[in-house]
Amino acid sequence: MSQPEAPVAPHRALGLTDAEYELILEKLGREPNAVELSMFSLMWSEHCAYKHSKKLLGQLPVEGPYLLLGPGENAGAVDVGDGLAIAFKVESHNHPSAVEPFQGAATGVGGILRDIFAVGARPIAVLDSLRFGELDSARSRYLLEHAVAGIGHYGNSIGVPTIGGELYFEGPYEQNCLVNAMALGIAEHDRLIRSAATGPGNVLILFGALTGRDGIGGASVLASAELGDADADKRPTVQIGDPFAEKKLMECSLELLDRELLVSLQDLGAAGLTSSSSEMASKGGLGLDIHVDRVPLREPGMEPFEIMVSESQERMLCVVEPHRVDDVIAVCEKWETTATAIGEVTDSGRLRVLSGGDVVGDMPVEALVDDCPLYDLAPEKPSAPIYPAPRRTLESDDPAAILPALLRSANIADRRPVFEQYDCVVQSRTVRRPDEADAAVLLLPSPADGGARAAIAVSIDGSGRRVACDPYRGTVEAVLECAANLACVGAEPLGLTNCLNFGNPEKPHIAWQLSESVRGMADACRALDVPVVGGNVSLYNEGPEGPIYPTPVVGMVGRLPDAARAGRLGFAVEGDAIAFAGPFQPSLPGSELAKLRGEALPDGLPEVDVLVVRRTQETIRDAVRRGELRSAHDVAEGGLAVALAECCLAAGHGAQVDFRGVGPSGERLAELLFGEGPGGFVLSGPRPALAALAREIQLTFVGVVGAPGDALELSLDDDATLSWPLAELREARASGLAEHIGA
Amino acid sequence: MKFGVLRFPGTCDEVDAQLACERVGEAVILWHGDRDLQGVDAIVVPGGFSYGDYLRVGAIARFAPIMESVVEYARAGGIVLGICNGFQVLCEAGLLPGALLPNKSLRFVCRQVDLVVERGGTRFTNACTEGERLSIPAKHTTGCWYAPPALHERVEANGQVLLRYAPGESFNGSLADVAGVCNEAGNVFGLMPHPEHAVDPLTGSVDGLKLFQSIHDHIAAHVAA
Amino acid sequence: MSQRYRVLVRPKAGILDPQGQAVERALPALGFKGVANVHVGRLIELDVDDASHLPAMCEKLLANPLIEDYEIVDAAPHAVS
Repeated sequence: MSQPEAPVAPHRALGLTDAEYELILEKLGREPNAVELSMFSLMWSEHCAYKHSKKLLGQLPVEGPYLLLGPGENAGAVDVGDGLAIAFKVESHNHPSAVEPFQGAATGVGGILRDIFAVGARPIAVLDSLRFGELDSARSRYLLEHAVAGIGHYGNSIGVPTIGGELYFEGPYEQNCLVNAMALGIAEHDRLIRSAATGPGNVLILFGALTGRDGIGGASVLASAELGDADADKRPTVQIGDPFAEKKLMECSLELLDRELLVSLQDLGAAGLTSSSSEMASKGGLGLDIHVDRVPLREPGMEPFEIMVSESQERMLCVVEPHRVDDVIAVCEKWETTATAIGEVTDSGRLRVLSGGDVVGDMPVEALVDDCPLYDLAPEKPSAPIYPAPRRTLESDDPAAILPALLRSANIADRRPVFEQYDCVVQSRTVRRPDEADAAVLLLPSPADGGARAAIAVSIDGSGRRVACDPYRGTVEAVLECAANLACVGAEPLGLTNCLNFGNPEKPHIAWQLSESVRGMADACRALDVPVVGGNVSLYNEGPEGPIYPTPVVGMVGRLPDAARAGRLGFAVEGDAIAFAGPFQPSLPGSELAKLRGEALPDGLPEVDVLVVRRTQETIRDAVRRGELRSAHDVAEGGLAVALAECCLAAGHGAQVDFRGVGPSGERLAELLFGEGPGGFVLSGPRPALAALAREIQLTFVGVVGAPGDALELSLDDDATLSWPLAELREARASGLAEHIGA
Repeated sequence: MKFGVLRFPGTCDEVDAQLACERVGEAVILWHGDRDLQGVDAIVVPGGFSYGDYLRVGAIARFAPIMESVVEYARAGGIVLGICNGFQVLCEAGLLPGALLPNKSLRFVCRQVDLVVERGGTRFTNACTEGERLSIPAKHTTGCWYAPPALHERVEANGQVLLRYAPGESFNGSLADVAGVCNEAGNVFGLMPHPEHAVDPLTGSVDGLKLFQSIHDHIAAHVAA
Repeated sequence: MSQRYRVLVRPKAGILDPQGQAVERALPALGFKGVANVHVGRLIELDVDDASHLPAMCEKLLANPLIEDYEIVDAAPHAVS
């Protein structure tokens, strides 16, 4: 075998530790050459191997009655009835987006879509979770504008609606923004395909775009190290996406699957051919021979290692029985998609890279995929606060001024300037568009028995600042919030995907955040009986200014049996009763108001009785399903007063609400109006229906929709009232983001 | 009656258009590479990003083999409805007057807009009344309709403007708030908003159904005995 | 023998050019003064055997004559043999 000299740049330049390098020597039985070293450095990077998180993730519950595909496949999938499955997953693209936000966000969407059709599901929706620094920073405005444009460009061009998301602005994300993209797809159960390569002698076909130098070294260089001042030089390693190419690739893949021409399918993402091929081989317990000289190239003169690690977008790998290869090529030609046989499945258990007949790389598959050392974290609760207090931006203590200020604040203001850049109707499934309800709702196909058309609901919810206050309880809150959003539209959660965005886990205080957060997620999922179907971890999100807030992001999919009864959030009918429901214990520390007041983060959040919250969610969900409620809205940022304002503005009707009994002013009032916490809901509907609910859950009647019809009026003690014309609240909410985004 | 809905590489809303057509008749998908129109009674050129919007929106799709047949069909008086990207393709193909420029905001916008029916009683609007408001989603980056002054004058004078954005509703800056225009002969019609996304009460307004109903009713009334 | 040409496509004078306007607004915001009359168009470069076909190519595909003007430029000027 030819032995090219090992590169002058040692293993360390590629992100491997000395101990890891020694292990590679042991596994190979010799020094790795350039091709092998670059492949190991990628497969053993944090991004591919989950070195610091895999042990923790084992805590998460992964079983459930609706589970069809669990963690480990390209995407997870749940049963939604009628022989149908919904595949879904969330993934991060944080570091590329910080360097080149348009392409970083676009390729993030492209990558997650490929994961969906790689399991045989047609993509039907995208959601995105975005976090940037405060909007007074030009850099954050730049990142926001371009990331949103990139998501819109990719999703709109490929014909998949972007139906939901979340957007937050906090100082600790200034240097390390977060771009997490979630996608869903639909497939019949028996069409779901796995990625394991099987059948020695079968042919490996690469199809899609040509291979160039995009993103070379992206995985290990960007995602496994903190971003330093030299990151401008990393721009050449960012991938460029082409949604038109992916549209053709998607239709081609779905047709190949429809015609049952494939043994297995895998998309190429981080670490390109290296990770896809080794994972396919590993899952099948087999080996692969890859002929890099057969890979169609966009750039002349690419070396074997470059071809193996290139992250050129819009490419897929499939395993095909030899007698079907011609049919596969024909389908690809129809879709103007290049397809080339580049290798064979073998029973050697080794991944061999060949060029012009010479073996230029030869590694045991197990060594690449399974033998990466996994590290224990050394968590230690920090003895001093890690994060500076937010900057004070609100001077007034008058509730009359606080509500408009909260509505105008970047974390609460109307997201219309963002979501209007996304096509939310293509594919004709969208029952609830952004801003109509707490979760997005998508039609399922008409059932065979001709009954009511069912729907799925989906929400993506993360938390940063509150998880920083209390990694365990903050994460439990995030999971509860996601389930609450589903309940408000009448959906039962079926499964959850998550993205864990944290700083450098080798630092004890970050390890503590990560361990506590995963523990919280595991406990919350078990308490709600919602399994984790898959997810993603993004570590090393920190820079010289410090780490990001610990940010678990949760995407949940649920089902509702009758789309016509999907819940809404607006106070739709004047005269309806308004009620607050649930075991809601509002508190100000860690809230949006506390942030506007520049208060330091509290150490810890109040305890929550998860089972009572679950019971409340289920009861509300069932009432929505029976059509008894006119509206249901989960109380989140800004507390009750903000939730009430949102309900008024959504439907254009005012409300008269009673806050007597708590004192006309002062902290107690501020706590009740603007305090936050899980388990709170604002409901509206005919009074008898709400009264019936009061027998099952904590519920208090507080007011009436309308009267006044054009203002939100709160009655306080001593005949005091707080009143805001809807026009004032609308203007505050509408301008919060719009003035920073620019028309 | 049977609709034929075109599909180019990059088309996104063809299945949606097919579903809408199927509420009033039958509908088949016609592949860009074929020339056979399969004897359909009306053609729909749907929305999306045909050929990635490369070079100019609709510029490459207009040369597809299927479009050669569609041009012939239109010249012979056949019914052709162009939606969004379809409108762009028909303008490039010279079957409709004017051109579509980038939205004045330069951004993609997806928003439910109110349209006003300028002329009822046409092949595409006989199920509507003049002055009626239709609530229909619009979603595009390049929807600002433009025609040089002389051409614009002729289009208005001939009554070729069938739909306008209601005052204040347009986000793309179209000349005279033009949302949809037809050719002089009145058999080809293009509009930027998406009527196929306003046909199902479960997903929003059903005002868009009227356009498909109009086409159906026109065909039904003109079937040779 | 093949020769390289450049086709510059610009929006016709008087047509709304939002891209040009956006660039014209962005430059002063970055500190560049004295910029006016910005228009944004397209560049197409191609090797052609017969340059006499270029105007037809422009009329038919490369530009939309209703809204765009085009200019054909020799990209590889050399002495005429």
